[in-house]
Amino acid sequence: MARIELDLAHAYGPNPQHDRDYALRPLRATFDDGGAYALLGPSGCGKTTMLNLMSGLLAPSQGTVRFDGVDVTARTPQQRNIAQVFQFPVVYDTMTVAGNLAFPSRNRGVDARVIRERVGRIAELLELNGLLDTRASGLSADAKQRISLGRGLVRDDVSAVLFDEPLTVIDPHLKWQLRRTLKEIHAELKLTLIYVTHDQVEALTFADQVVVMMQGGIVQVGSASALYERPAHPFVGYFIGSPGMNFLSAANVNGTLTVEGVYVAAAPPQSGAFVIGVRPEYVTLCASDAPGALPARVTRVQDLGAYVLLTATIGHSDQGSAIIRARIPGDLPAPSQGEAVWICVLGPHSCVYTTAQLGELEGYV
Amino acid sequence: MKLVLDRIAHRVGAEPYLHPLDLALHPGALTVLLGATRAGKTTLLRIMAGLDAPTRGRVLVDDVDVTGRPVRERDIAMVYQQFINYPSLTVADNIAAPLRRRSVRLPDREIEVRVREIATRLRIDGLLDRLPAQLSGGQQQRVALARALAKDAPLVLLDEPLVNLDYKLREELRDALTRLFATGSSTVVYATTDPTEALLLGGYTAVMDEGALLQYGPTAEVFHRPASVRVARAFSDPPMNLLPARMASGTLQLPGDVRWPVPMAGADMHVASTSGDLSSCTLGIRASALRLTSRVGDVTVRGTVALADIAGSDTFVHVHTAMGPLIAQLPGVHDFALGAPIALHVDPTRALLFDSAGLLHYAPATRAQ
Repeated sequence: MARIELDLAHAYGPNPQHDRDYALRPLRATFDDGGAYALLGPSGCGKTTMLNLMSGLLAPSQGTVRFDGVDVTARTPQQRNIAQVFQFPVVYDTMTVAGNLAFPSRNRGVDARVIRERVGRIAELLELNGLLDTRASGLSADAKQRISLGRGLVRDDVSAVLFDEPLTVIDPHLKWQLRRTLKEIHAELKLTLIYVTHDQVEALTFADQVVVMMQGGIVQVGSASALYERPAHPFVGYFIGSPGMNFLSAANVNGTLTVEGVYVAAAPPQSGAFVIGVRPEYVTLCASDAPGALPARVTRVQDLGAYVLLTATIGHSDQGSAIIRARIPGDLPAPSQGEAVWICVLGPHSCVYTTAQLGELEGYV
Repeated sequence: MKLVLDRIAHRVGAEPYLHPLDLALHPGALTVLLGATRAGKTTLLRIMAGLDAPTRGRVLVDDVDVTGRPVRERDIAMVYQQFINYPSLTVADNIAAPLRRRSVRLPDREIEVRVREIATRLRIDGLLDRLPAQLSGGQQQRVALARALAKDAPLVLLDEPLVNLDYKLREELRDALTRLFATGSSTVVYATTDPTEALLLGGYTAVMDEGALLQYGPTAEVFHRPASVRVARAFSDPPMNLLPARMASGTLQLPGDVRWPVPMAGADMHVASTSGDLSSCTLGIRASALRLTSRVGDVTVRGTVALADIAGSDTFVHVHTAMGPLIAQLPGVHDFALGAPIALHVDPTRALLFDSAGLLHYAPATRAQ
């Protein structure tokens, strides 16, 4: 197991000049020994490029990759001792399940008794123990992918195990069980695991630390709860959560706060113009005289069973009114479409961003 | 447009794909066809479109029998899972293509106006001069949708149109589509496997399972009052917790020796039936009815955490209990160690009861009523 340090940039074309020429803009990142990490972002954000730089499938166009302080930039995946699991199963059809699981260790000359023990343990964790003597060829895509996962996890001497969207072929109803299995395996075997996905559930559930990426850069590294409660950038607020965070323009006008052009009875958190971010779960309906109350009109009411999703317009800025979403818990009364309401967006859960940061998100969306 | 399916059935070889069913779509409204893969949604859509003729039954459009009339003789827009654009045509020409192909061609001026209007509503009006290859995946899907919807067909059929997109794009396009449908006059049928998507779309929902139409009604009503265990299972995500129960001396006996008080019929209850046999019934507890905080009158269930699935705005906690496995939906992010002890609380009046035949006996009342 190794601690992995990246200090690099990567461009697929020669002579990169601008940010957009880079698949990965210059960055530093550290992955601690024994940690479970997810690289999360939309397609094209650079997450797979980063994974390939760690494995050695790709050499960075500048900078270094270090394993436990040793520069491995020029080394191949074999020399780096990396195990990889891909989107689709990679299985030897003619071998038994046990043969498949043992293959990576046998290839490295590991003692047969050690192999047998480890294969048995991995097979048990992945619920393959009933199939050990079965030939792999006739098995379902789901079982084959579990074999692939097992092959990635079977050696305890690897530097790290890298996963590239490994649950794509798994039936939706079985996915949560494999997420559980991966967590169990991490808790028990303490391997360094790095998991690439565009799916927030997989990233947030699997990883201790989620690396959120956008347009070739890292925007935040944090736990699920940090990304949810304190997004460091509007992109994180937008990408995590369904629906994502609301963003409202705000300003400090001579010591008074305005939100979407409406004067609000609350102290401005800073000077100048800025952006307030608040998740739909933290927008509340309130009385007209509540501190920070904003007038709004409900434009849409969606009964989603567990809660009601309100869409409302607020404010009277020159650019027109802003749209805000609020999640009202299922056991509270909800207003109806067209109703005038007062809403509160300020509280311990609201976040402050710069207008430039919001501009980066709007440029992306 | 009024579309009525009259005793439709469909077989391929000896195998029934659709069991006999009647369905009169609400004209000018959105109907969601909800069901798992192979439930019969695509077969039904193809029959509605005229791509396939049913083995039995009639398809009536505005009271005219059109059974067997091919799709090209009908005014229908159909959107599939896979979006396809013409790579050598600009976005504007891609959207205009079906309008130009019509037998009675519209004047160029009107085509241009229509293209711009639909492009604005799907927020691709700034991209009209580009080629598809210059667009992101999500933008390309918008172009394909705009092309299907530009001709303003009275019947629009969509077969899982967002299934191949990532969840953020899905969210945005679903929003754009529902706004579009809400202001139009088309009759829309939207097939999906995703119960949450059905709730987000609203309108009416037809629940399908193994080639059978199980229930059709306003979406929220079908969700809150599923007619049967099968509907409840098909129309809940996370799945509703369904527990085998036995009625004995006024209380329900659940696995693990849990006693469940039966609520008195009242204003907060929707009684679907007063006659069903309850000797071996099914109790349904929604994942969202389970809480970490207790209130007076709650039933408390203790167990250990199998996994906390963190889904961004919610955490779905899988719990092993004496009653069997349960799933709880908790708002926000909650991190639990595997195997951690947990106590879940639920108001017994918030549960649903299905009788021995699997039919709804009672459900909690909702504000939707």
